[in-house]
Amino acid sequence: MALLRTTSPHLHGPQTTQHVMQQLLLATVPGLIALSWHFGWGSLINIVIASCTALACEATIVSLRKRPAWFYLRDCSALVTAVLIGLALPPLAPWWVVVVATTFAIVIAKHLYGGMGYNPFNPAMVGYVVVLVSFPVEMTTWPVAQSMLPDGLSTPGLWESIQVVFQFSGSAVDSYSSAYHSIDAYTAATPLDSFKHNNGLLAEQFYDQDAWFVGGRWAGAGWEWVNLGFLTGGCYLLYQRIFTWHAPVAMLSALSIMAWLNFDGGSSVSNGSASMHLLSGATMLGAFFIVTDPVTSAVSHTGRLIYGALIGVLIFVIRAWGNYPDAVAFAVLLMNFAAPFIDYYTLPRTYGHEKYGLGKKASTSQQSLDKD
Amino acid sequence: MNKTWDIPGGIHPPENKLQSLKQGIAEVPLPDILILPLNQHIGAPAMPVVKPGDTVLKGQLVAEPNGFVSAAVHAPSSGAIEAIEDRAIPHPSAMDASCIVIRTDGEDRWVDLHPNRDYRALTIRQLLNLVRDAGITGMGGAGFPSAVKLQPRQSIGTLIINATECEPYITADDGLIRERADEIVIGIDILAQILGNPQQILIGIENNKPEAYTALVNACESAAKNGAITSSIEVVSFATKYPSGGEKQLIQILTGQEVPSGKLPAELGIVCHNIGTVYAVFRAVYLGEPLISRITTVTGNSCTKPGNYEVLLGTPTNHLLGTAGFDEVLCQRLIMGGPMMGYTLNDLNAPVIKSTNCLLAADIVESPAGNPAQACIRCGHCSEVCPASLLPQQLYWYAKARDYDQLANHHLADCIECGACSYVCPSEIPLVQYYRAAKGEIRLIEQEVIVSDRARQRFEYHQERLTKAEQDRTAKREARREEARKKAAELAKNNSESSSADESDVNVDSEVIQAALARVSATKNSPEQELKRLERAVTAAENRLAKAEEKLRQCPDDDSRKKVLEAAVAQTRLRHDDAVNKLSRFKIADIASEQTQSANASAKLADDPTDKDQLASDRASLAIKNAQLKAARQADMSELEKLQNQHDSLQKRVEKARNRLEQAISDNDDNIDAYRVAVEKLDIKLNNSETAIANFVPDDRTSDTLHIEDSEQHN
Ligand code: SF4
Ligand code: SF4
Repeated sequence: MALLRTTSPHLHGPQTTQHVMQQLLLATVPGLIALSWHFGWGSLINIVIASCTALACEATIVSLRKRPAWFYLRDCSALVTAVLIGLALPPLAPWWVVVVATTFAIVIAKHLYGGMGYNPFNPAMVGYVVVLVSFPVEMTTWPVAQSMLPDGLSTPGLWESIQVVFQFSGSAVDSYSSAYHSIDAYTAATPLDSFKHNNGLLAEQFYDQDAWFVGGRWAGAGWEWVNLGFLTGGCYLLYQRIFTWHAPVAMLSALSIMAWLNFDGGSSVSNGSASMHLLSGATMLGAFFIVTDPVTSAVSHTGRLIYGALIGVLIFVIRAWGNYPDAVAFAVLLMNFAAPFIDYYTLPRTYGHEKYGLGKKASTSQQSLDKD
Repeated sequence: MNKTWDIPGGIHPPENKLQSLKQGIAEVPLPDILILPLNQHIGAPAMPVVKPGDTVLKGQLVAEPNGFVSAAVHAPSSGAIEAIEDRAIPHPSAMDASCIVIRTDGEDRWVDLHPNRDYRALTIRQLLNLVRDAGITGMGGAGFPSAVKLQPRQSIGTLIINATECEPYITADDGLIRERADEIVIGIDILAQILGNPQQILIGIENNKPEAYTALVNACESAAKNGAITSSIEVVSFATKYPSGGEKQLIQILTGQEVPSGKLPAELGIVCHNIGTVYAVFRAVYLGEPLISRITTVTGNSCTKPGNYEVLLGTPTNHLLGTAGFDEVLCQRLIMGGPMMGYTLNDLNAPVIKSTNCLLAADIVESPAGNPAQACIRCGHCSEVCPASLLPQQLYWYAKARDYDQLANHHLADCIECGACSYVCPSEIPLVQYYRAAKGEIRLIEQEVIVSDRARQRFEYHQERLTKAEQDRTAKREARREEARKKAAELAKNNSESSSADESDVNVDSEVIQAALARVSATKNSPEQELKRLERAVTAAENRLAKAEEKLRQCPDDDSRKKVLEAAVAQTRLRHDDAVNKLSRFKIADIASEQTQSANASAKLADDPTDKDQLASDRASLAIKNAQLKAARQADMSELEKLQNQHDSLQKRVEKARNRLEQAISDNDDNIDAYRVAVEKLDIKLNNSETAIANFVPDDRTSDTLHIEDSEQHN
């Protein structure tokens, strides 16, 4: 018998980082299913491309940094980033968009800042914003939902989708691909976008006219289901105690309150109802998979409430008055900036201390510095 | 039922308590040898009062406390002292330390016991002495001498009995309460009497021990009914959560108050004792039995008969484990204490000591070897569970970066090392290990600062003395020149005027001399203080000498330590003589010379007012001498004062360190040993500083004396 000599504690709880990440991956499944159901294979292909890119980047960088690659890949954090990028990008986006976004996320946003745990900005959102700014056309072209397609048309099958994504040349494919990209029947701006540019219609009228809302009254055909899918996944994660409720609930509440305060009952310049905001765009994906990213959020409960609420407000502000159709990525990145400040001002009160926050400067090391 | 307060954070690790509660408290067969470490407690190790070959009876004193924070050791069974030597002891550092080894004779014969059934007739002092003489220390795992904790400076309004036992696996207190609640209640009554009958007596117990709770409630009721106790005791049960058994946490749960950072609970009028300690107090006072056994939980998957055992102190762990059906092959980690705060043993010969509440022989399933730590993902779980509301992840960053300022800002010192943060950390970062290391480093730095401070001061004083000596020389030279000039001038004056002494001149002279005299008397105060200090040093040296001699006398002839002790005595004697010498030298050199000087000065004034030459030279030399004397004395004074100050601050620090130690114990702090070492080190330093004061050679004084002699020769 070789008795182990270790220091206390000698027990460890069930949760490991790997487990957390795996749960996150699992929780994206309902949303992914909804996406695929309504928009075809695109998201899945995105995810596959992003995952391969992410793993390759992670492995390369980690070995460049002379660390054991397997050990770092094991924590699955790169995979989570990849999956989130895959879900956030428009289905059937060209493959290089996905690759650029993912590479940027892993190499620049994550590892250039020191790797896992050190990155101040959410890597997936950095990747997303980079391609959104660089390739606005590709990024604002979403396929329409299955239910909106005219009879006889359906979302492209797996093979066609792959061809579209990789932009294979060859006459038949070419024609299909260009047809796909040009045919209005297949692509459109997102419901949020079209709601914003509603051509001076009252909300009710617009709802009746716009194909998105004909198919889905809450937040546009397909979208509401996608968001409900992510909401389901989020609830699962809450139930599994992967994160606390503070940030997502604060964000969703702030967003609904903002929407409710600004909703004028459906005039032509309406900003959209709370339910539309909650269930459209990347709201739920953001609330449960981005805002809850521990690395880049505030730490304490109060801090997370503030952090989440401010993101909610920002999302609404950018959606309503900004130039971009969706705002989750920008709002999150802006608040990533603010997280350290929030942390600083929400320090807990230590047992046995009267004041909140940090103590006085310690004299000892100060003195030792004087000495040196 | 009493109101309870919630504490922040906390975790719910699997309890694993049932295994060891299947049977009642079981006996352990008498082992062949008993190994009694001299330091089973926090504080100075006990001093052996037996020597190898002596036969001892069960309960006989074998080592007595050495100082205030120390505890006696008694023979747990009758037999012969086999050796007093270094053996493996249960300690986080896995070191050897001196132990008294007893070979038992199997007869288990008791010394005469003096029970005090009528303990209410005893005074507080008598009760305290009984507790102290019984060698009782905190039984919850920390091992601070209980008598010390029972003499707080503040008056106590609340006595809290800690029956929480929040660590997984451990059931020693639970088992004890189930079977011996009545005795415990009497023990509480005794403690209450010692503490001057606090208004409130609370027993805090987690709600995962319903049997024990009922037993305590019943025992309290029946004792109150039949008048066995006078105090009214409340048993308070609260939700199970680790670490509610930490002293600070329990106080918060039961009273809603927080012990101010860096202070002791006594500041709030609260004293907290472990329930096992209470039982030991009962035995010590009521039955007159010293602390020679305890209840220890032996558990873990590597034991086929887990349970609570009444085990004699000093029983080797392998003997105890053997009784519990220990399978060495299965065992992966052998933990003394609980799985959250205990430490691993790697020598099965290490004995059970006063603070051994649990032996956990964990197999590979219970304690899988941990995974290598991954990066912190800032998930914040650690801060959620921290009972002290710290930010463990921030502490971790700063500990890694060795940023001691930030660590202090983030209150590292308030971390109780409960391990909750490490337990939940999904990246399996050994957070507590970082905190311990950082705390150790900070202590080291603090000491280095002190040492370098002292070195710098020494250097500065040295420099100062050099410059002063230089100045002295110049002044003297100048003065001589001046003197010569004056002499010449006077001579010229005398020659030219050839008149008798000018009265005004005499007046001027007398004024000068009076001023000089005033200066001498003004500085007299400080020599007196110095004298007192030197006298104190002599007394201290005398005491130490007496103590050392006493130790030597008690030391058995064939002991290897005898030579060391002899050397120590010789050294102490040297120091003592030194101090005495210094005192007499000071008396002669300073006081006497000063007195003669002033006497001379006045005598001269009266005797020979006309001898102007003489007077002038006298006046000058007297002035110089006085100036020198004063300067020298100031220098000496500051040097001595420095030492004295150092000594005083050291004394304060020793006291503080003791307090910290006490607190550490109550917190179940793993750093207890470090604290103990700190106290010991400080003690040594204090001694050194006393010697330094005693050995203080007033360099300048010797030269002063020379100056004085010089000037006298001039006269
Ligand atoms: S629990 Fe571990 S991983 Fe999570 S924030 Fe704390 S130290 Fe970092
Ligand atoms: S070990 Fe220290 S930092 Fe960690 S939970 Fe306990 S008190 Fe908090």
